[in-house]
Amino acid sequence: MTQGIYEIKSNICLAPSIFKMIIEGDTGALTMPGQFVNIKIDGLYLRRPISVCDYSDTEITLIYKVVGEGTEIMSQMRDGDTLDVLVGLGNGFDISKCQNTALLIGGGVGIPPLYKLCKDLIGEGKNVKVVLGFNTKSEIFYEDEFKHLGAEVFVTTVDGSYGIKGFVTNAMDIDYDYFYTCGPLPMFKAIENTAKTSGQYSFEERMGCGFGACMGCSCKTKYGNKRICKDGPVLEREEIIW
Amino acid sequence: MVNTKVDLCGIEISNPIIPASGTFGFGYEFADLYDINMLGTFSFKGTTKDARFGNDTPRIAETPCGMLNSVGLQNPGVEKVISEELPKLKKVFTKPVMANVSGFAVEDYAYTCEKLDSEAQIGWFEVNISCPNVHGGGLAFGTSAKNAELVTKAVKKVTNKPVFIKLSPNVTDITEIAKACEAAGADGISLINTLLGMRIDLKTKKPILANKMGGFSGPAIKPVALRMIYQVYDAVKIPLIGMGGVSTAEDVIEMMLAGATAVQVGAANLVEPYACKNIIEDLPRVMEKYNINNLKDIIGGAHNG
Repeated sequence: MTQGIYEIKSNICLAPSIFKMIIEGDTGALTMPGQFVNIKIDGLYLRRPISVCDYSDTEITLIYKVVGEGTEIMSQMRDGDTLDVLVGLGNGFDISKCQNTALLIGGGVGIPPLYKLCKDLIGEGKNVKVVLGFNTKSEIFYEDEFKHLGAEVFVTTVDGSYGIKGFVTNAMDIDYDYFYTCGPLPMFKAIENTAKTSGQYSFEERMGCGFGACMGCSCKTKYGNKRICKDGPVLEREEIIW
Repeated sequence: MVNTKVDLCGIEISNPIIPASGTFGFGYEFADLYDINMLGTFSFKGTTKDARFGNDTPRIAETPCGMLNSVGLQNPGVEKVISEELPKLKKVFTKPVMANVSGFAVEDYAYTCEKLDSEAQIGWFEVNISCPNVHGGGLAFGTSAKNAELVTKAVKKVTNKPVFIKLSPNVTDITEIAKACEAAGADGISLINTLLGMRIDLKTKKPILANKMGGFSGPAIKPVALRMIYQVYDAVKIPLIGMGGVSTAEDVIEMMLAGATAVQVGAANLVEPYACKNIIEDLPRVMEKYNINNLKDIIGGAHNG
């Protein structure tokens, strides 16, 4: 983990309530897809943990949903504004677990951390199939971006306004040898009943510190107590107690 | 050249800055960030007789200028603290450490302190009789002078190390509890633990914390802490460790003027992982600004005249 001041290069709306922010600064502490950053926001006490969508040597891409006061303030920030950010938090996705074909399943704002994962898996020569779940057509984002990486992309919408009608599980009857997922808990439970292989889930929890000190986000696993912020947010299917 | 040293019950510490229990684990998360030997000492994660998972999540909620937590004393239990945590701690921290201990019965406190007493690195005990997050547990002890006295006596029987009793602010008169601890042999008082609080989520129309209530900490509580430290300083002769919303070197000086010999930093560590380092590095500048040469000279200074 490192702390630094980052400059906002862009902050744009991708879909209703969904924003994409690119910040510039040291990214050396990011070592794997699925990690997150923790952002200090003036006037609010706790930092805001936001998953990392993508990163390069000098930039971090964050895609976030406006759900409360903190993300509302973030959405109004302008290019050139600076942010105090803790970078390189959490234990992300382990790409070595996939043999040949990975299935990535994202629901809504759970989709962003799968982007860098997809990029890294394809970089390792793996086949990647992606299922992106939304409520309706107007909420869709990043379908083309995943396609441009070379992934086979399936989009589901609950109301059937685009792609496959229904939930992400309606698109999971395809071949894969390992899965990775991020999204809401009800989606996880449906995936748990549908998935045919081992896999990894990326969890969300209200956090105090985000770096393992306060025990605010602990959960029980088959291998003992874990902190979502430090030992997670990614946990393996085999260890999760539902 | 200013002097930041203070004497804490016969052990001199290089500065009065002490990360508060529950915000600093057993030190390693922070030792990855900076050399934690620059701290006066630190109070390690509240340790109980048996391992505890703590409360359900959500355990954290935000407030204006602060936060609520209802962790509920998650810890591996005293045996594992001794066999696993303290050996790891020794590698990153060479100074005497403060052992924070909690319990659910007088015998629990005595058991845990007795087990820890033989650990050479432990310099002081900080006995938490004030955790607001445990049903029928710690809070009951901290809110009754009689129980505070019983716990103090029981712990003093099993150790010769200095014993600080950590008090709850959720009482009618904190000075009565402090006096009872002093009369029972306590070597010092730590105050204040968190204030009992609540937040409600307007979307779900339910309390945010799974435990419904939690401990309120952060800068918002500093005036309450200062008032109680000031009152207890007048009521007892033993040294005080002050805490409650401390985030800057100025806050440290304010706590000491109210009567604190040393000062703990809690919630600030969670939002600013370098908080204690920054405070320690800034302290000489702030001392010079306010014409303070020797930090220990200002303890209780607000009471003079």
